[in-house]
Amino acid sequence: MEFSVNSPFLYAVAAIVIIFVLAQSVFFLVRAYRRGKELGMDAKKLRKVVFSTSIFTIAPAISILLGVVSLSKFLGIPFPWIRMSVIGALTYEVPAAKSAADALGIALENTITDPKVFTTVAWVMTLGIIPSIILPPILMKKIKGGMLKIKNKDQKWGDIFMTSLFLGMISAFLGVVFADLRGGIAGFIPLFVLLVSAALMGVCGLLIKKLGWKWLETYAISISMVGALAFAVFITPVIVG
Amino acid sequence: MNKKTSGNYIEKTDVYGKIWIWTAAVIIMLVPVVICLAYNAWPVATNVLKGLLGVAPLFWTVGVIEVITYTPMLGVGGTYLGFVTGNITSIKAPAALTAMENLGVKADSEEGEVVSTIAIATSSIVTTLIIAIGVALLTVIAPVLNHPALAPAFENILPALFGGLGVVYISKNPKLSIAPLVFMIAIFLIFPSLASAVGVLVPVGIIISLVAGRIMYKKGWI
Repeated sequence: MEFSVNSPFLYAVAAIVIIFVLAQSVFFLVRAYRRGKELGMDAKKLRKVVFSTSIFTIAPAISILLGVVSLSKFLGIPFPWIRMSVIGALTYEVPAAKSAADALGIALENTITDPKVFTTVAWVMTLGIIPSIILPPILMKKIKGGMLKIKNKDQKWGDIFMTSLFLGMISAFLGVVFADLRGGIAGFIPLFVLLVSAALMGVCGLLIKKLGWKWLETYAISISMVGALAFAVFITPVIVG
Repeated sequence: MNKKTSGNYIEKTDVYGKIWIWTAAVIIMLVPVVICLAYNAWPVATNVLKGLLGVAPLFWTVGVIEVITYTPMLGVGGTYLGFVTGNITSIKAPAALTAMENLGVKADSEEGEVVSTIAIATSSIVTTLIIAIGVALLTVIAPVLNHPALAPAFENILPALFGGLGVVYISKNPKLSIAPLVFMIAIFLIFPSLASAVGVLVPVGIIISLVAGRIMYKKGWI
């Protein structure tokens, strides 16, 4: 078979992987939805979760699509498509591809024509992410058992423990926007974007509470995110020039 | 709903989840194998190792950390699904947290398990479909996505996302938020280069948050 980064064979492999991911997602979605109804949860509210999550996902998903586009020059479309749809993350795939390219002494700007180079990159990108998929089934029992122990021992501390987990994670991603502040005014852009997002969420919260606009709950996170992204598009040329 | 039935659902989710995730692991490993077989092009092992050395130390560490930190937040079904479909930080975890917050359910309750799974499954389906549609229309979409005017938006996805999410959680838990937030801001101001390893710092934030929370709880401040 003649090699091409965009060969029909690679598209077929990608299609199989994508169908598997979709099948797993649909399986879990249907099971959870049915269980929610069994538990007496309002079906309308459950459908609202589906709707609001769909809206919220669009913008970050487009940024992942951009990852496929940026890697397609080097690796073609099917392989980045696979990597971005399974386990992968935008923050991982590009450095992994670059590391493999560096090991081979080639540039990310040129399309791969040698199948051996392609398979080298494919192996590096696959093996580099593999712990993320083999560890959850190995560690699940221990982690869930530990959480249950904490909760059974002291319910209130169990709740604080969970909240602390969320806050620890959120703090890391809030704090990271301060990393570029010392690099000049352009380094303030992520902070401004974060503040605009926070302000928009604050306004949404006020409208929900004061005016009783409950429907806004569905869109609040999407509004704050998309509004902040629009602000980034507007403010960056103004600041950077 | 009695406890036995509730336990059954979670236990079954664990069994199904394990079947799906191990199948996914095999499929993912088979991808490079079938490409090598199809083109009869096996790579030189030392080249793979050299490439792996550039990413494995950081990303394997982040992988371990993510599994330990996100599993309690995402629940059983959400974890098995989220770690197969990926993009946990930028999509799956925020989607699950927002959905649980909007419905007022706790992550460690069965309702939380259900809502988190629905959110993660939905975001996985939507992401997969958007990427598939984008790939199909790539020649039309690529120039738009690559337009320099849009670059700042794609560079700022995380601040745009966590700004809103942060307000929700911080406003509900102001006392608990202070210590991890101050610590994280200080550490990134002092060591900006750590920004590239933010995933490694998530458990540090969690430890600070837990220690501060424990002290405040013992003193009766929260």
